[in-house]
Amino acid sequence: MTTLLDVRDVSKRFTMGGIFGRKTVDAVMDASFSLSAENPEIFTIIGESGSGKTTLARMILGLEDPSEGEILFRGKRVSRYGGRAEKLAFMSQVQPVFQNPFEAFNPLKKVERYLESTARRFLQTSDRAAIDRAMDEALQKVGLSLKEVRGRFPHEMSGGQLQRCAIARALIPNPPLLIADEPVSMVDASLRMSIVNLLKSLRDDLKVSVIYITHDLATAYYISNRLIIMQRGRIVEMGDARTVLDNPQHPYSKLLKASVLSTDDAGDGKLATDPEMVKAAGDLVGQAGKLVTKPDGREVRVYAGV
Amino acid sequence: MAEDIVKVEGLKAYYQMNYFGVSREVRAVDGITMTVRKGEVYGIAGESSSGKTSFIKVLAAAIRPPLKVVEGSVKFDFKNGPIDVATATPKQIEAVRWKHLSYIMQGSMSVLNPVRRIGRTFHDFASRPMGLTGKAFEDRVIAHLARLKLPPDVLKAYPHELSGGMRQRVTIGLATVCHPEFIIADEPTTALDVVVQKEVLSLIRDIQKEMNAAVVFVTHDMSVHANVADRVGIIYAGRLVEEGPTRDMFFAPKHPYTAHLVASLPRIGDVKQRPALEGRPPNLADPPQGCRFHPRCPLAVDKCRQDVPPMEQVGPDHRTACWRWQDVKPLVGASAPSGVMA
Ligand SMILES: Nc1ncnc2c1ncn2[C@@H]1O[C@H](COP(=O)(O)OP(=O)(O)OP(=O)(O)O)[C@@H](O)[C@H]1O
Ligand SMILES: Nc1ncnc2c1ncn2[C@@H]1O[C@H](COP(=O)(O)OP(=O)(O)O)[C@@H](O)[C@H]1O
Ligand code: SF4
Ligand SMILES: [Mg+2]
Ligand SMILES: [Mg+2]
Repeated sequence: MTTLLDVRDVSKRFTMGGIFGRKTVDAVMDASFSLSAENPEIFTIIGESGSGKTTLARMILGLEDPSEGEILFRGKRVSRYGGRAEKLAFMSQVQPVFQNPFEAFNPLKKVERYLESTARRFLQTSDRAAIDRAMDEALQKVGLSLKEVRGRFPHEMSGGQLQRCAIARALIPNPPLLIADEPVSMVDASLRMSIVNLLKSLRDDLKVSVIYITHDLATAYYISNRLIIMQRGRIVEMGDARTVLDNPQHPYSKLLKASVLSTDDAGDGKLATDPEMVKAAGDLVGQAGKLVTKPDGREVRVYAGV
Repeated sequence: MAEDIVKVEGLKAYYQMNYFGVSREVRAVDGITMTVRKGEVYGIAGESSSGKTSFIKVLAAAIRPPLKVVEGSVKFDFKNGPIDVATATPKQIEAVRWKHLSYIMQGSMSVLNPVRRIGRTFHDFASRPMGLTGKAFEDRVIAHLARLKLPPDVLKAYPHELSGGMRQRVTIGLATVCHPEFIIADEPTTALDVVVQKEVLSLIRDIQKEMNAAVVFVTHDMSVHANVADRVGIIYAGRLVEEGPTRDMFFAPKHPYTAHLVASLPRIGDVKQRPALEGRPPNLADPPQGCRFHPRCPLAVDKCRQDVPPMEQVGPDHRTACWRWQDVKPLVGASAPSGVMA
């Protein structure tokens, strides 16, 4: 087996605040996992808000350097530094779709300009017709068309439309790895399914691996091969997606599943979570513990004395 | 029944643009009539680009060109007097902003100034309406942030130093710190994990109950409405197509689009795809004739293609705009057991 992506004991520490009250944040602590080059998969990252998912994604994309550990893509170290050609080659292999479409687009630039510059850069052509075709093809894959998008500024589109454009843009260079940070958080349920189905067909038909970051356990269950669950910078559970979600074992994973809103008693306004569960998960924050492999193949973080 | 805090009548708001001599009009809000009562949570749902944010911008008196109110009124009845925000002057709006009417915008970054620490932003927005300064102000803000599970340190941080979820809680904090009478929230929990989402939703509800505030809550996420809203209104292509008590909307919808929305929710344990709605959301620059849902509606008949169905009363508090509402049946999925969900 050759590895496509190898994340090795990666940590990231940020320093926050100015001269007064300088403080460090351990955004990611000791994360390790790898993706195989032969078996494309949808690898999902679920976790707390602020648990380090986006930070991990940014390190894989080479936008942020790890404080410790290393990330290898096809055996080569991913880094923020390096030559232009080298960077371009890397970027055509690993494409991002970011969390918030409102942040991803510059309000003063027409949306098609993003698609266009990506197409120009990766197709290495300036032939108008070819560029338009590539843009339209990519847009059609996400349920839009160049005709609809042309001439529009980001503020003229809704959040969902923008996010579809962001995915279309990422699809232009046909990358083997797509990193999608909450690609469906802004879109409604039926569109959400069409986008996750798109990710699924990218994996099955085009052999693209996807790192899918989400808060939506239902779509994670539906499309992922494996998943990791993160709490405050640490991976607390990792394994086959359905094995883990059918029967989560780490207290935070259990809390996560129990917190999914149900519509079964719509209108009754039930929002309480079992306080015992909340406490069990909260008590573990800040404890290192270690990942232990269980008989069913999943890894769960366990703590001395618990 | 509680009094109304806002009455929206025949509201039309269009984006009117002019690109190099070519004018274009997007009819994002196209004839909405509804009311919100004091002390209730009114949920607004609809697919992306249906006009939810545009409607909410008018309601929140955050109307900026190219968005323009073309027709209708939005009359609030606040403690400090009535105001029609569709026609009010900036100065009149200034007098109700934050203290009476607050707005949690979609996309938390847009309200947080990237080069200002969070503490400064709080000061800019809230110090004057609250009538507090210095330590007293800071203490109140810190206590309020603590309820949102945010440490006092966030006041020293710049927006980019916080995660998406933390920023979202900060904006909710901004919108609620002055205890307004009317809170408008556009997708306030969309970027949060499910644990925090639930906490934030109960927090919004607690604050709302405590202050007897009215909340208009916009999200495409039907499971949020199921658990938070007293009433739900569905927007399709710039129009309100159905409105009713939350329970009825989920278990006895009277519009085919609502029936579809509540049945399309994916659940943990789903390994098969749920039926998706065919076709695309309509283009609001050139919406279909008659009922705007007809190109995608499984019940559509000739009449639907020509005549716009009016809003009709179909039960207590329940209205719908469909010629064939009597034939609408809940689709499977809405009330099915949740599979492996514990
Ligand atoms: N540039 C930065 N400077 C300082 N701290 C940062 C920076 N970026 C992220 N952090 C911190 O690192 C932690 C992880 O943030 P990250 O954005 O990775 O979370 P996340 O898991 O993606 O959360 P969400 O689900 O809310 O998007 C947070 O505590 C955040 O405040
Ligand atoms: N500033 C704007 N200028 C022009 N058109 C806009 C603007 N904002 C939104 N639109 C258009 O108005 C319609 C409704 O958008 P919006 O209210 O954001 O929908 P929602 O919040 O339901 O996703 C869409 O067709 C969108 O493209
Ligand atoms: S009016 Fe006709 S097209 Fe519109 S929702 Fe009802 S049945 Fe469908
Ligand atoms: Mg994130
Ligand atoms: Mg919106």
